[in-house]
Amino acid sequence: MSSRTLVFIVPLVVIAFFWLMARWESRHVKDASKKGYFERNGKVLGIAFILLVAFWTVFLVALPYLYMVVESFHPKLPPMERGGPNDYLTLQQYGSFFVSPADGETNWLHMSTFFFSILISIIVTAINFTICYPLAYYMAQAGSAQKVRLILLGLIVPYWVNEILRAFALRLMLATKGLINNILVAAGLINTPIDFLGDNVGLYVGLSYAYLLVMMFPLYNAIESLDKNQIEAARDLGAPWWRIHKDVVIPHAKPGIASGCTMVFMFSAGALAAPQFLGGTRTLWFTSVIYNFFFQAFNWPRGSAYSFILLAACIALVMLMLRLFKVSLGETIR
Amino acid sequence: MSAGVELDHITVRFGDFTAVKDATLDIKGGEFFSFLGPSGCGKTTILRTVSGFLDPSEGAVRIGGQDMAGIGPNKRPTALIFQNLALFPLMSVFENITYGLRVRGVGKAERMKRADELLEQIALPGQGKKLVSELSGGQKQRVAIARALAVQPKVLLLDEPLSALDLKLRQHMRNELRSIQQMVGITFIYITHDQGEALTMSDRVAVMSDGVIQQVADGRSVYDEPQTAFVASFVGENNALPGTVTKADGEFAVVETGFGPLRGRNPHALREGARAILFVRPESAQLAPSQNSSSFQTKVRSVAFEGNMTHVFLEGAGKKEVMVTVTRHGGDIVPEEGETATVSYEPRLGLVLPEGSLARE
Amino acid sequence: MKSKHAMKIMLGFYMLLFFGYLFGPIIVMALTAFNTPDYPQAYPYEGFTLNWFVKLWNDSAMMDGLQNSIVIGMCVVAISVPVGLAAAIIMTQIYHRARGLFYLVTISPLLTPGVIIGISTVIFWKDVMSVTDVTKAVFYRGMVLAVLGQASFISAYVLLIFMARLTRFDRAQEEAALDLGASHPQVFWHILVPFLKPAIVSAVVIAFLSSFENYNTTTFAILADRTLVTVLAGQVRQGTTPALSALAVCIIGLSLFGAITYEVLKRREQRQADRAQQLAKMAERSEVAA
Repeated sequence: MSSRTLVFIVPLVVIAFFWLMARWESRHVKDASKKGYFERNGKVLGIAFILLVAFWTVFLVALPYLYMVVESFHPKLPPMERGGPNDYLTLQQYGSFFVSPADGETNWLHMSTFFFSILISIIVTAINFTICYPLAYYMAQAGSAQKVRLILLGLIVPYWVNEILRAFALRLMLATKGLINNILVAAGLINTPIDFLGDNVGLYVGLSYAYLLVMMFPLYNAIESLDKNQIEAARDLGAPWWRIHKDVVIPHAKPGIASGCTMVFMFSAGALAAPQFLGGTRTLWFTSVIYNFFFQAFNWPRGSAYSFILLAACIALVMLMLRLFKVSLGETIR
Repeated sequence: MSAGVELDHITVRFGDFTAVKDATLDIKGGEFFSFLGPSGCGKTTILRTVSGFLDPSEGAVRIGGQDMAGIGPNKRPTALIFQNLALFPLMSVFENITYGLRVRGVGKAERMKRADELLEQIALPGQGKKLVSELSGGQKQRVAIARALAVQPKVLLLDEPLSALDLKLRQHMRNELRSIQQMVGITFIYITHDQGEALTMSDRVAVMSDGVIQQVADGRSVYDEPQTAFVASFVGENNALPGTVTKADGEFAVVETGFGPLRGRNPHALREGARAILFVRPESAQLAPSQNSSSFQTKVRSVAFEGNMTHVFLEGAGKKEVMVTVTRHGGDIVPEEGETATVSYEPRLGLVLPEGSLARE
Repeated sequence: MKSKHAMKIMLGFYMLLFFGYLFGPIIVMALTAFNTPDYPQAYPYEGFTLNWFVKLWNDSAMMDGLQNSIVIGMCVVAISVPVGLAAAIIMTQIYHRARGLFYLVTISPLLTPGVIIGISTVIFWKDVMSVTDVTKAVFYRGMVLAVLGQASFISAYVLLIFMARLTRFDRAQEEAALDLGASHPQVFWHILVPFLKPAIVSAVVIAFLSSFENYNTTTFAILADRTLVTVLAGQVRQGTTPALSALAVCIIGLSLFGAITYEVLKRREQRQADRAQQLAKMAERSEVAA
């Protein structure tokens, strides 16, 4: 049985495992309040729910993901040769990240692109947080319900414009013939247009801009849940404003901060539009590298391997950050 | 149409915790029956077991003689009034009341007719179109009752329905519920922690504590003839004087208490040497020596004037106080704080019961 | 309180910068839609024109993409809303030891970069659908794959929306309905679904919009077909014309319309709730007096 077909067994095994455990437990621990699943939902609805959920978790989430991981351990083959003798498990795709298969040299290009993308994503997350925090605080603590709703609408409307158009708009402003350069030249402040895009300024601005909303909501929710009286109490005791934030607000809002930062980081690291349209010609973003493997080189296994590397690194980083700030994963999804 | 409810050795367990222990009862059809006890005593658990939301770990529930095992709450001839009423907020009064009929496939015209009848009965004529959010607390109560009665249940179960209402309204609703029950004639099973409610409204009361049914009797018997220390201390105010039986002669016994030997009735025929508690109600005692009474002396700690009654609190054994209640024009002279007074009572008004846990204050 | 005054000024300045940053590029782009030069230009201003809107309307690739986007959006809604609801309900009922894993699996698409979802969708379904030639011909198309790829994470959005709403559900109502004789399907349709209605509306709107504007996943999954967004991306890559700005203006217009409608409805809802409360208070008062 090929490794590919093996993938289909995994979800079945997991489900069977839990189902058996549940049956064993219900037989040995008698609890009056535990009504059976089909007793609670009726037969028709009960089956419908199970089918819908199984379809989603198994066929739309688990299997495609597992399948991609398996694919990353195979060499690139034309359709004819798949399943044949040349189709064997291999680490060559992962190896190609470190040593370029074309010339046997260390793959500095891809590795540096990778680290660059991660580093920039971290910086972008920090910038994003700094920008969003004051407004989130103001909305959560100071505004009336109506004002808050208006501000929220004001935040959401720009994001209804598609991310590509937003990147396009930023490009209009930052291009050598764009608005900002036109104004600067016309005002006599500079003589030649500044190459914002080529110097990656466009990329940073674009990425910070793109995910403000994603940071704003969890942050707002977390700060909003803080009892206003605590802030009053701290102020009453004589704490200066920065201490109030450091000692009262931020510790309380930690899950929201963690949630927002996680989302922004992952969106940035996995961004496609901003690097494609705002990056200079010299900019290479890791996701673009993956994109090229797919659409230019048609090397799906290698693209999968790189995808997995990206995902693993992101998750590792996020887990590290959560551990560092002592927040559990369950708290962040609130 | 009403039916009796039998609890046959019902035990209900949640994992390691036993909420109801071996409850056996026979509630007659058409009776107004209450379960009285502090929170956590198991009365809600019994109610939910009768209505079908819980399956008993042991024992059987029979309604009208029919075993209810395996029959879900939607198929039982019971209707439940929830503590928070659980009216459907998105439906109007009319839709709420007729919901039970709707799921039984009753046609719209018939439903409207029934709704109008019920609205008349609960004194809310013509209010069918109103939304639940537009009603007052008392009105919501009545709509909940009408909703339950609409399905013509054989047994109506009420889960502390009056606890959310304020005092005046509660008094009013007590009478209303009683008269509704008598008018409709079905079995009411009522649970509450308020003894005033239980005693005034019910035909019979079951006093519960820690999952055990302590006593089942009508109100007067539960008050005058409590069978366990818990019942004696939970229902009404009661002075509990622990001690050991020193003499048991026929109907009476003498108990050596912290105040010395005192006499009381001995319905359980406790023998000498048995550990017991002597109970004397505050209103059964007087603050003056008198003939043919048991008595003891102690210091007055405080006096509380409550309008038609005055409560005198005297030093008892340890931290516990003894309370004597004097009515306004009862002829007693009320002593002052710090004075030593004589507390006396007729022995037949004292009750000797086996040692047991008392109701928590 | 001088520091408080200073704070207020700083706050105002900050808000100005913030919303300037947010709206600035959009406004600039909107301006270029009405400016005559071939290259999108906001400054200097050369002359008002509506030409670019006409060009947009005549762009067949865009229109084709728009149609596909709408179809895909509707399909994604049709899949993800029931799936998300089922998952939310099961989340509360699943065997407690399995809940953690279940939660993780259902939330994971939210954390996975869209690119990876797109890739895995194509890789997986290509093999599955190629099992027979017939299934390959019928199912292996961009539109189908895009729906499947998007549904995987949009269902997670829907799940979160329903979970949030379900926590506020009073279980006693479910029991009351059962007690009155309703069957379980009746409880579901009469009691639970009406309660969930606001969440259903949110879920449909968010699912559709998320699907419509999705790029990262759709780029990979759409194969030979196209959506409005992928057409857009192609055009932005090749060269820019103010027709794209015109598109942005249309979208902004629609969103503003949506936002205003939402605000109006919300205000009306608030007024109704206030009125009901007034009536209840009056009833209470007259009752006590009686």
